[in-house]
Amino acid sequence: MTTDILVLLPIIIPMFAGLIMLFIGRRPMAHRVGAALTGLLMLIITLWVIIRVYNSGTMVTFIGDWAAPFGISVVIDMAAALLLLSTTIVTFAIVVYSFQSIGMEREKFYYYPLILFMLTGINGAFSTGDIFNMFVFFEVFLIASYVLITLGGTKIQLQEGFKYIVVNIVASNFFVLGIAYLYSVTGTLNFADIYLKLDNYDGNIIIMTIVAVVFLFVFATKAGVVPFYFWLPGSYYAPPMPVIALFGALLTKVGVYAIARTYSLFFIGNSAFTHQMLLFLAILTIIVGAIGALAYTDMKKVIIYNILIAVGIILTGFSIMDQTATVGAMYYLIHDIIIKAALFLLVGFIIYRTGKVDSERLGGLIGQHPLAGWAFFIAALSLAGVPPLSGFYGKLFIVQSAFENNHYIAAIILLLSSLVVLYSLIKIFINVFWGEDMDFSKLKPVKYDKLLVSSIGLVIVSVAFGLGADLLYPLFEMAAEAFHDPASYASYLTEVE
Amino acid sequence: MKSTLKKAGYSRVQKQMHDVFLQFTSKVVFFIIIMFAFNLFFAGHYTPGGGFVGGLLAASALILLLIAYDRKTLFKMIPIDYRLIITTGLFLSLAVPTLSFLFGTPFLTHQHTYLQLPVLGEIPLHSALLFDLGVFLTVAGTTLLMIALIEGEES
Amino acid sequence: MELIIIILSGILIGASVYLILSKSVLRIIIGTSTLAHGVHLMLLTMGELKRGNVPVLDAEVSSYADPLPQALMLTAIVISFALTAFLLAVAIKTYRELGTDNVEEMKGVPHDD
Repeated sequence: MTTDILVLLPIIIPMFAGLIMLFIGRRPMAHRVGAALTGLLMLIITLWVIIRVYNSGTMVTFIGDWAAPFGISVVIDMAAALLLLSTTIVTFAIVVYSFQSIGMEREKFYYYPLILFMLTGINGAFSTGDIFNMFVFFEVFLIASYVLITLGGTKIQLQEGFKYIVVNIVASNFFVLGIAYLYSVTGTLNFADIYLKLDNYDGNIIIMTIVAVVFLFVFATKAGVVPFYFWLPGSYYAPPMPVIALFGALLTKVGVYAIARTYSLFFIGNSAFTHQMLLFLAILTIIVGAIGALAYTDMKKVIIYNILIAVGIILTGFSIMDQTATVGAMYYLIHDIIIKAALFLLVGFIIYRTGKVDSERLGGLIGQHPLAGWAFFIAALSLAGVPPLSGFYGKLFIVQSAFENNHYIAAIILLLSSLVVLYSLIKIFINVFWGEDMDFSKLKPVKYDKLLVSSIGLVIVSVAFGLGADLLYPLFEMAAEAFHDPASYASYLTEVE
Repeated sequence: MKSTLKKAGYSRVQKQMHDVFLQFTSKVVFFIIIMFAFNLFFAGHYTPGGGFVGGLLAASALILLLIAYDRKTLFKMIPIDYRLIITTGLFLSLAVPTLSFLFGTPFLTHQHTYLQLPVLGEIPLHSALLFDLGVFLTVAGTTLLMIALIEGEES
Repeated sequence: MELIIIILSGILIGASVYLILSKSVLRIIIGTSTLAHGVHLMLLTMGELKRGNVPVLDAEVSSYADPLPQALMLTAIVISFALTAFLLAVAIKTYRELGTDNVEEMKGVPHDD
């Protein structure tokens, strides 16, 4: 069990593929084939990982054969496995989408290897069981994202990319600071071991609260939680559409996952303060996101502010931290990764086809692209949480749990936010696809079959996920167990002893 | 507000002057630094040193030449392909740990042995050396690439 | 000894906050690297300074300093070193493209000519 290579394959495979692409140099066509094949391979591997985790429980490997609390351990529990699968699906779709949208200039400058390196970092951050290793993987995908955001070197990319880099460097430094504090309190870096040490912690609770706040500052900055979301609307606006889709779908979710992990395993001593604060910030995030989503007619901005709403909803679930809420949060996390990418890709398709980003200048596209139009409509309904589409289950569980735990205001704001999401997206839908026909002769003659295939494919995956949500419930119950019952996550350590 | 870069005379810094003393000395010092870099590299694992420090020193030796001469002359002296160096380094430091799966041990598990050589006597041999060589190449290549990018024109 | 290092790291972090809040791009970059130094000193201090010998494999040494913070610090230094270099490259490119190194002027949506 400890020598299982399968645990490390999601990290090793994309990195190897990226390295081979670096070896063969600037050959975009070879890169395309390589990236697509890696995506397919990763799909098979992550499915296999899920099956293995479902059948035989959490998979653990100890790097360098150093036993658990001393060496770095890589732990894939069900939550990590599900996130790995959805990450892979989204990345594969975006790679296919990039074939016709990113442009030869960027493809020559190692665009696909960078995406694969970013995938390495994201997969590593999901599957590691060591807080410092998590920092290293955070840096791996952040450095790849720094290059992706400035790749191409247009003015807005450089301007916004510089701010993005500085904000993230400051947050990363505070991550190290938080790890330093945590190490001085617990003397260990392993997630499970920290949990065991802090479970019967009898020291000064204020210190742990300060550490919790430092970690929240770090991950909230990465996840775009109010009040640390200020960089997000500007920076995510700058790069080309596939890169925005990748960032919007995955990067903020890694921050959310890190908050969930640390707040379920470490900071349980003073949850009356820390988790209340998290809930408060989550609700604020929903409100700010809703205001932004209503205020703009620019399609990109609307979707970017919708990221904030989704982050707020997931964090609401993780801050309540009982079984129903965490199951709901896991459902919504996976759902949002897929559907956000699909929405970004569909909006990107509209932008590439028409050359305009303002939805009010468009109209009547349904005659030209009925398929894209209805896919957008379904995606909008799904994001708003209309049953039986996938967004419904997550929201249902979170709202139910919020009512059970007397968080009435949170539940009501959560329900109202669905209306805002629906309104903001249907507004785009009506403006772009209905209404007066725009001048169709101005449509850009771009090839768009792959753009449509990947974006509609993601919508289909999301619909299938929604219809099969009942069948998948055991998986999500298993995934949520690590969060609401952290002792089950740490069991691989306690069983060894 | 006037730009700080302009105040610092950024546009003029790139034109290099020919300093005979610097050029002559750096040619000699280059070899000393490179030898020390390799010494540090091989000293690693059991004593302070290793791939990272060695790589940085090797890169700094080349950077010294870069300061004394310019990029074209340096390339004439030592033809370097940054991409190949970095990729080989990364590949080594990823492939060597992965190979340990073939021996049924987890990622990054190393093997070591002692070798009896006629002149040098007993020499410890460690599979971490290959991993460290990867680190050495990556660090040296990356540092050189960065300095060359910042020093040179757009590339 | 620990107290002195912690105060020193506090001074470094304070200076870096001042630098990061200034307008010039170069000062911000120096600020981020100073912040990294302060944080690394803090990380080093957390393993308790001066506890014994250097943590190098040797049969005679029985008490030695905690090697873990040093290893972590090395990793963090490498990362911040790479980031600073990359940030400098981006700053130079930004200066060439936008013609300014004043962050006050880096607002809004610039248009490519």
